[in-house]
Amino acid sequence: MRNTTSRMRRLLTATAVASVAALALAGCSNGGGEGGGSSDDAAIITVNSTEPQKPLIPTNTNEVGGGKILDSIFAGLIYYDVDGAVHNEVAKSIETDDSVVWDITLNEGWTFTNGEEVTSKSFVDAWNYGALLSNEQLSSYFFEDIEGFSWEEDSELTGLKIIDDYHFTVTLSHPASDFGQRLGYSAFYPLPSVAFDDMKAFGENPIGNGVYKLAGDDAWQHDVKIDLVKNEDYKGDREAQNGGITMKFYANMDAAYADLLSDQLDVLDEIPASSFGTYESDLGDRAVNQPSAVFESFTIGQFLDHFKGEEGKLRRQALSMSINRDEITDVIFEGTRTPASDFTSPTIDGWSDSLDGAEVLEFNEKKAQELWAQADEISPWEGTFKIAYNADDNHQAWVDAVCNSISNVLGIDAAGDAYPTFSEMRTKITDREITTAHRSGWQADYPGLYNFLGPLYGTGAGSNDGDYSSEEFDSLIKEGISSTDPEVANEKFQEAQEVLLEDLPAIPLWYENVVAGYSTLVDNVEFGWNSVPLYYQITKKA
Amino acid sequence: MLRYILLRILQAVPVFFGTTFLIYFMVFAMPGDPILAMFGDKTPNPAVLEALRAQYNLDKPFIVQYLLYIGDIFQGNFGISYSGREVSEILVRTFPVTLKLAVMAVVLELILSISIGLFSGIRKGKFFDNAMLIISLVLMSLPIFVIAFLAQFFVAIQWGWASPTVGGNTAWWNMLLPAIVLALSLYATSMRLMRGSTVETLGNDFVRTAYSKGLGRRRVIPVHVLRNSLIPVVTNSATNFGILIVGATVTEGIFNVPGVGNTLFQAIVRGERPTVVSFVTVLVIFYVFLNILVDLLYAVLDPRIRYV
Repeated sequence: MRNTTSRMRRLLTATAVASVAALALAGCSNGGGEGGGSSDDAAIITVNSTEPQKPLIPTNTNEVGGGKILDSIFAGLIYYDVDGAVHNEVAKSIETDDSVVWDITLNEGWTFTNGEEVTSKSFVDAWNYGALLSNEQLSSYFFEDIEGFSWEEDSELTGLKIIDDYHFTVTLSHPASDFGQRLGYSAFYPLPSVAFDDMKAFGENPIGNGVYKLAGDDAWQHDVKIDLVKNEDYKGDREAQNGGITMKFYANMDAAYADLLSDQLDVLDEIPASSFGTYESDLGDRAVNQPSAVFESFTIGQFLDHFKGEEGKLRRQALSMSINRDEITDVIFEGTRTPASDFTSPTIDGWSDSLDGAEVLEFNEKKAQELWAQADEISPWEGTFKIAYNADDNHQAWVDAVCNSISNVLGIDAAGDAYPTFSEMRTKITDREITTAHRSGWQADYPGLYNFLGPLYGTGAGSNDGDYSSEEFDSLIKEGISSTDPEVANEKFQEAQEVLLEDLPAIPLWYENVVAGYSTLVDNVEFGWNSVPLYYQITKKA
Repeated sequence: MLRYILLRILQAVPVFFGTTFLIYFMVFAMPGDPILAMFGDKTPNPAVLEALRAQYNLDKPFIVQYLLYIGDIFQGNFGISYSGREVSEILVRTFPVTLKLAVMAVVLELILSISIGLFSGIRKGKFFDNAMLIISLVLMSLPIFVIAFLAQFFVAIQWGWASPTVGGNTAWWNMLLPAIVLALSLYATSMRLMRGSTVETLGNDFVRTAYSKGLGRRRVIPVHVLRNSLIPVVTNSATNFGILIVGATVTEGIFNVPGVGNTLFQAIVRGERPTVVSFVTVLVIFYVFLNILVDLLYAVLDPRIRYV
């Protein structure tokens, strides 16, 4: 979901020159920050973001710019802490015996900032709105598993039953053990009744129940910034330790970085690639570099010549073992990527770096050559191995490096295949017109293993761009998602990944890191499982 | 004169249709599906995809899309961006910012190029003249983003004399740095024009006559030389003004100016047809009228030029 925005922000950086550090006077930043102490109500924290691509409606926002705002002004049934672990928020309890019927009780006393109480109806109505086909909501697929959902016609979610104001049940059309874990995603936020009168107006001036609220009617200055202030009526555990957040919108991350260096911006969650070489010396211990929930790979379609059946399996393994991930992450990305050891991400509960068969992700020239030779016995290789990528983001350098690595080890021609824009490449992939391998990636919507596996490699799944199909994998995934015990479910998902490690429908490369930094004016900056800073706990220095 | 103006405005009509058609066609022909790109790496359900395409008229043939668009424009409706906002509202908000930046840049450029160009022309071949010619040569060969990054790094970050980005604060003093960068990018050509024009004017009979009448330099230079040398510079600056409005994209990106260039750039990347076409259309109209204005300016500066 992030690719569309990040590539815009990075486009201009192609022309960038490097920059170094220094301080400057604060010209136009906000004047808060007096009084000291850990909780300063006057202190406004400025952070980077991008202009939301859609009105601020929870079920219609699937990109980072809008998501950051929604996550700040709404509180869902649950929230994710810094490790991605789930905690109840508006929900008092979420229970299920069979992963099909979910019994949800709410805490009493929560209100929206217009005074309306948050009840079962606030959730049920919002979900029905999001799921209705004719409402064309981008995140409607989140309601797919609820009984009554339809892709063919407008239909009510019959699986949602209100028992009383603080109690409702959800019946799914098939078992989904991680349904409870999904409920923290923005699509599941409640909406006040006023929203349904005029959703468009609501999207300009959303009313939530979260940690922050919009600072008045003109809080959102389009293409410039949005001002959020602390919501005094917020009832949850994540009480804001600052007076508010101002999100400044940047089309170009180099501009944001310049602001960060001059203390005009408190937190920057994406250092531009042009500054990867210098940001650590610029920022010192204010630099952040840690793995995030973004998985990067390249996919070789099952339908491509030389990549079918046993031959394809051998070739995929050979290609994987001929890539020197350590060297590429180190040299090309200056350590801002972490070599992959599975198909998910280290910030996800249940992640493991010691799966059976993970050695296929290690650089092994001899083994790679052997496997490639075996494949050649089945049918000799000819032509050039190509990896398609979109040239409007920083992909060329690593694609070239990966191709060089392959070419050196296997002695074949390998090259990148550039598409001008992301949308052009996506269209070709979706229409299955692509005749080469292509870069692929996944950013999770919620911190669960299933989210990285089911939608990408399940037979016929929506984002299974390589048309991979494995009965063994499908049945393991099904066992996992039907299990009521999260431990058992994760075990099944790990076993399913071991199938993937043999078949390699996508060749894992690395996990993208959060490469970020903060100004000299703030403390307590931590990044959540989804690479977004936990805004509520940031404090301004005295 | 009036007849001339009317004729020029009439000429703008086919220009308007031609450009909107061309721009619309080019955006239409852009490869890739903007609706699909909204979903990132995820493949959406076909039903949602179809519904969204229909909402933006993307399911109709090109000519129908274009006619629908033009029909809307004549009803004063510039369309709705993918973010659900009126394109006219986006225009009204971003245009004044870019206009302000361009005016500042042109004023700075004029002050610099006229004074330095005039002095250089008078001191032709001397040290000052040669130094200025070398400096202008350097400026001419620097791409604008290099000037912009250098200015941002040294002036704003290192020395702290200005805010590194503009952001929401579009007060004139806060936009001074990008304005200077834009002015510098245009300065070299204007300064050389002014210098050349001054040298040419100085060689004219009326200047010699003025001196021989016993007038001092203080009178001859401003009244006789300066005024007569201004024509090419002023008209060139008016054209520059158009270029600035249209071409400030790079500078606006680097300094995070919430203007036309920045918005247009994002709209192009997202493949937002209504925003791109409407923005470019307005820019074209603006440019056409600016050109008419420049032609009329000639007559004001040089009474020998008459339009009938």
